[in-house]
Amino acid sequence: MFEEILVRHPFFHQLNPDQLREIALHCEQLNYETGEYIFKEGKKADRFFLVLHGQVALEIHDPGRGPLIIQTLCDEDLMGWSWLFSPNRWHFDARAVKPTRLLAIEGSWLHEQIEADPKLGYLFMSRVAQIMFDRLQATRLQLMDIYSKEPAQPMRGRKL
Amino acid sequence: MSAEVVVNVPVQARLLEKRRESPDTFTLTLESPPSISGGKFFFAPGQFNMLGVPGLGEVPISISGDPANPKKLVHTVRAVGNITEAITATHPGACLTVRGPFGAGWPVDQTRTGSKEIIVVAGGVGLPPLRPAIYHFLANPALYPVVTLLYGARNPLDLVFKRELEQWTKRSRMRVEITVDRAGSSGWLGRVGVVTNLIGQVKFNPDRVTALVCGPEIMLRYTLMELEKRGVGPANIYVSMERNMQCGTRFCGHCQWGPYFICKDGPVFRYDHIKDWFSLQEI
Ligand SMILES: Cc1cc2nc3c(=O)[nH]c(=O)nc-3n(C[C@H](O)[C@H](O)[C@H](O)COP(=O)(O)OP(=O)(O)OC[C@H]3O[C@@H](n4cnc5c(N)ncnc54)[C@H](O)[C@@H]3O)c2cc1C
Repeated sequence: MFEEILVRHPFFHQLNPDQLREIALHCEQLNYETGEYIFKEGKKADRFFLVLHGQVALEIHDPGRGPLIIQTLCDEDLMGWSWLFSPNRWHFDARAVKPTRLLAIEGSWLHEQIEADPKLGYLFMSRVAQIMFDRLQATRLQLMDIYSKEPAQPMRGRKL
Repeated sequence: MSAEVVVNVPVQARLLEKRRESPDTFTLTLESPPSISGGKFFFAPGQFNMLGVPGLGEVPISISGDPANPKKLVHTVRAVGNITEAITATHPGACLTVRGPFGAGWPVDQTRTGSKEIIVVAGGVGLPPLRPAIYHFLANPALYPVVTLLYGARNPLDLVFKRELEQWTKRSRMRVEITVDRAGSSGWLGRVGVVTNLIGQVKFNPDRVTALVCGPEIMLRYTLMELEKRGVGPANIYVSMERNMQCGTRFCGHCQWGPYFICKDGPVFRYDHIKDWFSLQEI
């Protein structure tokens, strides 16, 4: 069943059936009710998620203002890269803002696989880089505050 | 839809109703001037008027009402400077001046194939110029069976037409996806992120889709890139360019943009016609 989900998702295209079968053995389906936390900032990050259904908010907690939502993720989005990079701790809280179904993939196991198999590693990391690139572009656009009367101009030089 | 245009001489129109959409944006319902077509102001979705305050001046403002209801002339105005502030400070009962309608509108006739999908992408006060086209699509389900609205705003307070968005979401056949750049601590439970993210999240057939896009220019550029990435051809994308203009009749040259005059050839352009000019900074 997990294998079918992986086959359909563009992130896993180009992986061969054996690789998909292996990954599927290291997946788990999780369900969250509205308001439940999926992970919390600072805790150990050891897996990543594919949102199958629902909506997840990535939040940062600001004392005095409460949780600030930075981004929401929904169906088919991938979530969570901190397991790939030291110190392997989550940078944000992730909270279900609607009833949410996720596929969790075991990060530490996958890490071993991509280190042992450079071809798989390249494929995997180039996909991760593409997603990060897209998110970086989106974040830049968000920072530009394009709807304000006078859009912020983060690139326009200020004398240092 | 034959339109009698009031091109050179502004006529007075009485303000019937003013509704606050967001802290700085208002929807103004004017009585269609009785002197024009017997009190019926016909226009095509995407066209604009020069709207003004007597004695102060006039600015281009898109018509945001229902083209099927020509007795009322509706505009949605964001107060950003002298004239828009004066327009939005006008009280019901007083008169504004109107000249128009001007410009080339959305391609509501060319898209009449009955099998096409429509995607409307709006950013901020880019939704009002698209609303007449949305009304038209919703009123003609046989011609436009699949309609999707992707709308992004700065924050939840700045979303315009909130009540209507809710109705469209709950009760219309149009798929509506809304996102805000900043939710702050407003209790907003919808999506957070830029409007271009939504393009990657909805399913559509790139060969059958026609996209209509309106918003700030940076948002337009990123939206066009995203649509092209999803395989939508430039000939199937229409954008509204809201650059400054003055006469509305191609006379003064204020709004010349490459070989085009936005007031007359636009404001709505097919993307393949303007692609070469789109990211040139010096024009
Ligand atoms: C075809 C067309 C349709 C438009 N439709 C609408 C509409 O439906 N609703 C609406 O609120 N506005 C619309 N506008 C924008 C509106 O015309 C301007 O906001 C208005 O001219 C500003 O005049 P002002 O005297 O109030 O401000 P000004 O004192 O002239 O300018 C104040 C600030 O607004 C900026 N500004 C001026 N014109 C524009 C513009 N065209 N786009 C972005 N920033 C601008 C200026 O750079 C300045 O920073 C449209 C513009 C065009 C060309």
